[in-house]
Amino acid sequence: MTSEPRPGHHSEITLRVNGKPHTLRVDHRRVLLDLLREDLDLTGSKKGCDHGQCGACTVLVDGRRLNSCLLLAVTLDGSEITTVEGLGGDGEEPHPLQRAFLDRDAFQCGYCTPGQLCSAVGMLAEAAAGHPSHVTGPETPAGPPVPLDRTEIRERMSGNLCRCGAYPRIVDAIEDVI
Amino acid sequence: MDALGYVRPGSVQEAVEAYAAHPGARYLAGGTNLVDLLKLGVEKPTTLIDLGRLPLDGTEELPDGSLRVGATVRNSDLAADPRVRTRWPALSQALLAGASAQLRNAATTGGNLLQRTRCPYFQDLDKPCNKREPGSGCGARDGVHRDHAVLGHSAQCIATNPSDMAVALAALDAQVELYGPDGPRRLPAAEFHRLPGEHPERDTWIRPGELITGIVLPAATAGLPSAYRKARDRASYAFALASVAVVLRVGDGVVAQVGIAYGGLAHRPWRARHTELALQGAAATPAAFEGAVALELAHAEPLRDNAYKVSLARNLALDVLNRLAPAPAPA
Repeated sequence: MTSEPRPGHHSEITLRVNGKPHTLRVDHRRVLLDLLREDLDLTGSKKGCDHGQCGACTVLVDGRRLNSCLLLAVTLDGSEITTVEGLGGDGEEPHPLQRAFLDRDAFQCGYCTPGQLCSAVGMLAEAAAGHPSHVTGPETPAGPPVPLDRTEIRERMSGNLCRCGAYPRIVDAIEDVI
Repeated sequence: MDALGYVRPGSVQEAVEAYAAHPGARYLAGGTNLVDLLKLGVEKPTTLIDLGRLPLDGTEELPDGSLRVGATVRNSDLAADPRVRTRWPALSQALLAGASAQLRNAATTGGNLLQRTRCPYFQDLDKPCNKREPGSGCGARDGVHRDHAVLGHSAQCIATNPSDMAVALAALDAQVELYGPDGPRRLPAAEFHRLPGEHPERDTWIRPGELITGIVLPAATAGLPSAYRKARDRASYAFALASVAVVLRVGDGVVAQVGIAYGGLAHRPWRARHTELALQGAAATPAAFEGAVALELAHAEPLRDNAYKVSLARNLALDVLNRLAPAPAPA
């Protein structure tokens, strides 16, 4: 019975992270970002602002890009999480977008890069599913994939800040994989 | 942050019962605002009641041509819904003008309506704030208030409501569906939020223990020309300095139906009733729009540093009205 009061402050949850199941007992205050970094030692996802404003902690939850700093882990029981460590799948080869970031030198310090990568992967799926953005023209038909130009890419990636200002190269890299 | 209890109800009724059983509980949906406020120490619930698994994530067309949207439908999904994009475009545009893609993927319809102000004094425990701590004073009134209200503010509070979505819902005559200890009820979206008055700690007319189960987009505004325009400090991912949602139906050059709501100007989406009344039955001309918009904004009471909002709101409204009005027939 799911609605039984749980007087405690911890719960057991199961997550699949980068394809591997993990069963963990979590404090209800634990956010996904801290769970990934501190409990699973997956330190690719970065803590920038810790308030959902910078996007450095972006991961994919059941295929959707989300800020992991604002997700309480206990609410995610049964979810499938993909972090930057899992983008390339099981193989040794990086994800094509990771390769494009290297080819285009799409970073300086690199701190925002894992979030940029996860966000861009989620963004490409959203556009393919026909999701509009703020700059998508109202005449664009609802349903088919939305074509991505640089204006679309910049708007759709606005939740990922880069204090080094590598934005032009990030857009170049994303354009390479479209 | 203090230790937290956690409950995951399976039905709306169980959620309401859990709220009654856990003093100090809060409902949790997407968490994009509430989890942030937990971290800041602004919200200090004993227990979170997770609404994420309730069967409120669907959208259904009702026989009368309206559309009921469940409270836990994600903002990104609602913005992309072809029915919303074609019949109530102002709502899709407003959603897409808010936050970032990541936040829209998490934020829900109900949570968006219940998000708190982003007034920096409200979010800073070291500052006085009547909304956070009634009676402590308002730091913003004589402080940094460039982003604050110009309409309907009170001596106690000058905060603005930060939602873009709520502005479109107010203009489109949407309804908010609630469920609480006394059963279900509905409120017009335009009247869901309060003015601050003597009780700025209360953002809305929701009652203790009530939760939002959905919104209804009415047939009366379905398919009409509508649009949302927002001005902000950067091109994307920023709250509105001022915004406007307009729905406009013109027949034979005369305004047959009009709804206008402003964002960023007040403690709630500001429905421009004076403007609407003046335009109803009037010629749909730039001059008529200008006069009618001025009637509403004449009520503005800007603070020391935010008078710019009045002309900004005026220009936004005139742009959208003129854009939505059909071009006059050639002579």
